[in-house]
Amino acid sequence: MKIHVLFAVTLLVASGHALSETFEVGQQNKEFTAKALDIKVGDTVKFTNNDPFFHNVFSLSDAAMFDLGSYPKGESKEVKFEQAGEVQVECAIHPNMQMTITVK
Amino acid sequence: MKMINHHHRHTGVSLLVSLLLASPFAVAVEYKDHTFSAGDASLQHWLLPAVPVPADNALNADRIALGKQLFFDPRLSGDSNMSCATCHNPLFGWSDGLPTAKGSKSMVLGRASPTVINTAYNTLQMWDGRKKSLEDQAMGPMMSNQEMNMNIPKLLDFLQKTPDYSASFNKAYPGEAISEVTIAKAIASFERTVLSNDSQFDRWIKGDKNAMTAQQVNGFKLFVNPDKGNCAVCHSAPNFTDNGFHNIGLASFGGATPDVGRFAEKPLKLMKGAFKTPTLRDITLTAPYFHDGSASTLEQVVDHYVQGGEVKTNLAPNLKSLTLSSNEKADLVAFMRALTSDHPAFVLPVLPH
Repeated sequence: MKIHVLFAVTLLVASGHALSETFEVGQQNKEFTAKALDIKVGDTVKFTNNDPFFHNVFSLSDAAMFDLGSYPKGESKEVKFEQAGEVQVECAIHPNMQMTITVK
Repeated sequence: MKMINHHHRHTGVSLLVSLLLASPFAVAVEYKDHTFSAGDASLQHWLLPAVPVPADNALNADRIALGKQLFFDPRLSGDSNMSCATCHNPLFGWSDGLPTAKGSKSMVLGRASPTVINTAYNTLQMWDGRKKSLEDQAMGPMMSNQEMNMNIPKLLDFLQKTPDYSASFNKAYPGEAISEVTIAKAIASFERTVLSNDSQFDRWIKGDKNAMTAQQVNGFKLFVNPDKGNCAVCHSAPNFTDNGFHNIGLASFGGATPDVGRFAEKPLKLMKGAFKTPTLRDITLTAPYFHDGSASTLEQVVDHYVQGGEVKTNLAPNLKSLTLSSNEKADLVAFMRALTSDHPAFVLPVLPH
């Protein structure tokens, strides 16, 4: 029984991995490099800071709530989107930096 | 197959990058790309653009004149003794010269009165950014019982029954009622004329090499250099603000019940104790400094940043302690003194009766 459950989980992970994709969004000149991005449930977005100072990435949207803290130039953090919906992504330090990720 | 797909998607993102670089407020020119010579092309992003004006409140002389009367009229407060100009006084650089504001019945409030100067360029208003525009902000102090403590029906009645006011509203906003909306629009219109854009610094950027001293030019270099003053990381071109929020480690944040600032609007750890970067234009007119008024002089401000903040809890990541000689500190202060415009004496309005 236990073995069966484990096997099923492994299969799901494997199939999820095969279909999901990773998108990269930069933070450059105090803007996100994309204002809007369409992705699928299970996809990952990698946020990379290209500015010579710290940025933050967060969302308080129902479809995805996260706070990646702050990180300097050259560093990236990833978020996997598990739920469909509109996700407003912002930099808390520089609130003019905003983008929308639509998870389908 | 998957790789190709990725490649295509990334190309799409890169295209967007190029398209998005055009915004005048988003230009981030690095220190190494500045040539510190009067009038140099690499410095022109430090000049302010034309004042942005919302589409539904075009600027005109009637609106500005009405807004100026409202701004200076103490009858807009509950006790008829406070106007907008009580705390945003042109004699004190459109602030009040106090560490923190005094409201109704001289109640001491929690934060310094921010200057009105160049707030027309702010993308958010208030120390915690809770107001989106000058129009959004204008009624706030009248409606706050700690500040002007005005009853709004009473205010509307007063304006409607004062013939000069009703005529001025009709001229400024024909076909619109005297309301919170039109009062706010008129005040915002006046505030869009409270500007500082003709300082020694501006004249030097435009090419007048005698407008700043060698010491001030050196101060400007230190100001922009991330390894020296590191000031422009937040006090960025062209209005010496990034319209962003930072916890700069003031002593008051170490208190028992500190002001959490931006955290009240955005409940993220990084925002606890963070406040909006103020402009530095006309900075010599607006002492004391910081949102809690805790620094009396620009020298004290520089010393605070050299130390890298006093309370290090939840310090902004872009803040770091500085290595500056006493000459360099003096150069930075001399530079900041070049950011004040020569204003003609301000002419008060005649109030309607």
